[in-house]
Amino acid sequence: MTAAYPTESLKAHPPYLYPDYRSTVKRSPSRALVVIPHTLSELTGPVYGHESLREHDSDLTRQHAGEPLGERIIVSGRVVDEDGRPVPRTLLEVWQANAAGRYIHVVDQHPAPLDPNFSGAGRVVTDADGRYRFTTIKPGAYPWKNHPNAWRPAHIHFSLFGPTFLTRLVTQMYFPGDPLLALDPMWNSIPDEKARWRMMSSFDIETTEPEWALGYRFDIVLRGRDATPMEDPHHG
Amino acid sequence: MADAVVKAGTKPDGITPSQTAGPYFAYALTPAGRYAIADLATNDLVTDDAVGERITIAGRVIDGDGELVTDAMLEIWQADGEGRLPGADPALSNARFKGFGRCECDAEGRFSFRTVKPGRVPGPNGAMQAPHLDVGVFARGILRRLFTRIYFEGEAGNESDPILKLVPAERRSTVIARRAGADLYKLDIRLQGENETVFFEA
Ligand SMILES: [Fe+3]
Repeated sequence: MTAAYPTESLKAHPPYLYPDYRSTVKRSPSRALVVIPHTLSELTGPVYGHESLREHDSDLTRQHAGEPLGERIIVSGRVVDEDGRPVPRTLLEVWQANAAGRYIHVVDQHPAPLDPNFSGAGRVVTDADGRYRFTTIKPGAYPWKNHPNAWRPAHIHFSLFGPTFLTRLVTQMYFPGDPLLALDPMWNSIPDEKARWRMMSSFDIETTEPEWALGYRFDIVLRGRDATPMEDPHHG
Repeated sequence: MADAVVKAGTKPDGITPSQTAGPYFAYALTPAGRYAIADLATNDLVTDDAVGERITIAGRVIDGDGELVTDAMLEIWQADGEGRLPGADPALSNARFKGFGRCECDAEGRFSFRTVKPGRVPGPNGAMQAPHLDVGVFARGILRRLFTRIYFEGEAGNESDPILKLVPAERRSTVIARRAGADLYKLDIRLQGENETVFFEA
């Protein structure tokens, strides 16, 4: 039973059952997962590229007649696999709250204002070198009912395909220095602290545009095929 | 602490961890005409050039208390009726068939997909697999995509399917949809508890 993608890498993921995040208690499998070999069904996947984009899909500040309120930001980075190879022409879908911490979703009842000029949904496709870039508004923190006085740190939801069914990833990007992180069950659900910090963006003066928008860098690492153990070149 | 910047020419320390899709994904992932962004994929996979028997697969998503899960998203990935997975060969005659669908559960926890019944695709060591769909389940409270499959009642290939063989016999029915009409198959996904759906790691 040879796996084409090393399953060792999956240890970066959170457990299904993480009681501090209350909704996992009744939504996590209680039986052991059945480990299966990778077949053609898992080693292929849907292809979505530039044909899936429309104008302004990658600029969330230009989807309405006026400018949204809040701090304009540019998020850019690279999508690579765990061997460091770029993941070209793959679709990213993003969604987020507005600057006041409110989602346009009908179920969101947080009494913070909606912004008529901000929906918070976007799409972008990586280039040949795995790079992506989109413009948005820095999302606000918002309360949730997980525990008394629970607040989510500011975050942007990311959904990525990668080349196969097994590279599919839904994750969240966080912002440096957020005081809510240490209290957040989602952030803390990642058992390995080093892996947890891979969800953290960094402020980036190179991406920042003068007189226009602050830049954040967020690189995303998907599973890679045939990864071979090698010396880590950048940690002495 | 180190943040998510992968220095050029270096091997990353590992993959980016998964996080829940949360309850508010619909306006980006399953807009279905209610929100401004265009649909990427819907629960109707049938294209005029899709080869295969037209079927509907329907069911509910149920949690460990027996409650209906009304805020889950299911994704399916499948071959066409001749066992061809889309994208493998751009010259295929049925290039419009994407093989990928998304469905958000409704207020009764129900999902449904209109698609073609998949053909058989090779498994490990060349043994053919029975017709199946790969299924991903996302929701609030699901920190990492749940991976299961949907097989079809009455398929001769089920007995010898190399993946089903790895599932304890008494649990196989949790991933085999039963025929509920001429072109209708039904299967509930139970996240936890009695008759819990078999979930895979791959
Ligand atoms: Fe959120």
